[in-house]
Amino acid sequence: MHEWALAEAVITAASQIAEKEGLKEVTELNIKVGELQQIELDILNFALSQQKQNKFKNAKISIKIEKAKLKCRVCGNQWIFSREKLDKDSVEAIHFVPEIAHTFIKCPKCGSPDFDVLQGRGVWLESIRGVK
Amino acid sequence: MGDPRISMINERLRRIRHIIAVSGGKGGVGKSLTASILALTLVRKGCKVGLFDLDFTSPSTHIILGIRGVQPKEEKGIIPPKVHSLEYMSIIYYTGDHALPLRGTDVSNALIELLSITKWGKLDFLVIDMPPGIGDATLDIIRLIKNIGFLVVTTQSQLAFETVRKLITLLKELNVPVMGVVENMKVSKSSISKRQVQKLGITFLGEIPFDKKIEKSMGRMDRLPRTVFMKKVEEIVSNLDFRC
Repeated sequence: MHEWALAEAVITAASQIAEKEGLKEVTELNIKVGELQQIELDILNFALSQQKQNKFKNAKISIKIEKAKLKCRVCGNQWIFSREKLDKDSVEAIHFVPEIAHTFIKCPKCGSPDFDVLQGRGVWLESIRGVK
Repeated sequence: MGDPRISMINERLRRIRHIIAVSGGKGGVGKSLTASILALTLVRKGCKVGLFDLDFTSPSTHIILGIRGVQPKEEKGIIPPKVHSLEYMSIIYYTGDHALPLRGTDVSNALIELLSITKWGKLDFLVIDMPPGIGDATLDIIRLIKNIGFLVVTTQSQLAFETVRKLITLLKELNVPVMGVVENMKVSKSSISKRQVQKLGITFLGEIPFDKKIEKSMGRMDRLPRTVFMKKVEEIVSNLDFRC
């Protein structure tokens, strides 16, 4: 249920933006979820639906999945994250704190843990639309 | 549009009365030991206390306090387990004994993630064990946590104090409260550190002599409370206006 905490963060952040922009009602909320964090979409959707109240009651929530692209800082190799090579405990640790990837994932070409996550890290609020 | 996690941080810390970052300019001056013993001392005073090890690349408070075999509970977020009557949070729950090599941006991201998902209880004090220096973690803590106070640890070494001077200057420039400075591992009677601290307009909280027996007390809850270190921290706490 870690997804619940992320959903709570999305709704809180969106509420603050709606307030700032003077939106009386939010009609659309677009969220990006990176694959590295291995978010359970069903749970995230459920948590969002349970938490969207008041201004968000009729908001259409769209979630876009983004592949996690990693780039080695040592050899420059780029690759796409795949959970298949990781054991259950490592996947779970990365799920809670994606930076733990640096403990369990190495560059497939040179073996270095020194890589950048170019995209697909966590949960991101992409856009919000509503009525003023 | 933005990172939604940041909006949650102060909400997660809402039920905590005082947040103390135990910091210092250099590694090896005893920040983690001070943070751990300070947390234990506050618990023994009857306060509700949390301890958060933010030194992600070199966590050590779990070794000092002999914490193993516990994991946080997952319940609409992460609930830190209670160990030695402390709510205890550390990256070691997820890394185990493995190394976690992190660059600055990753340190910030991990810190934001843990601050935004950790559900602390109603606490009198949250003690944060900081990594050394004025890098990403320190800047993020200042940026993200309202009402935080710094307790700074130094040693008699001029090298340690010069870095502490920079840390204190930064904190003062940013209007971040500095509760005071503790001088650890004192081996001579020199009062240079005390004078230098006072010259900066900061409270000198006290000195802790080099405790030869402390190493044998690591991870030993039967021995730690009997150390000179703990007795000195208790004295320092009794001089501070810490109420539960």
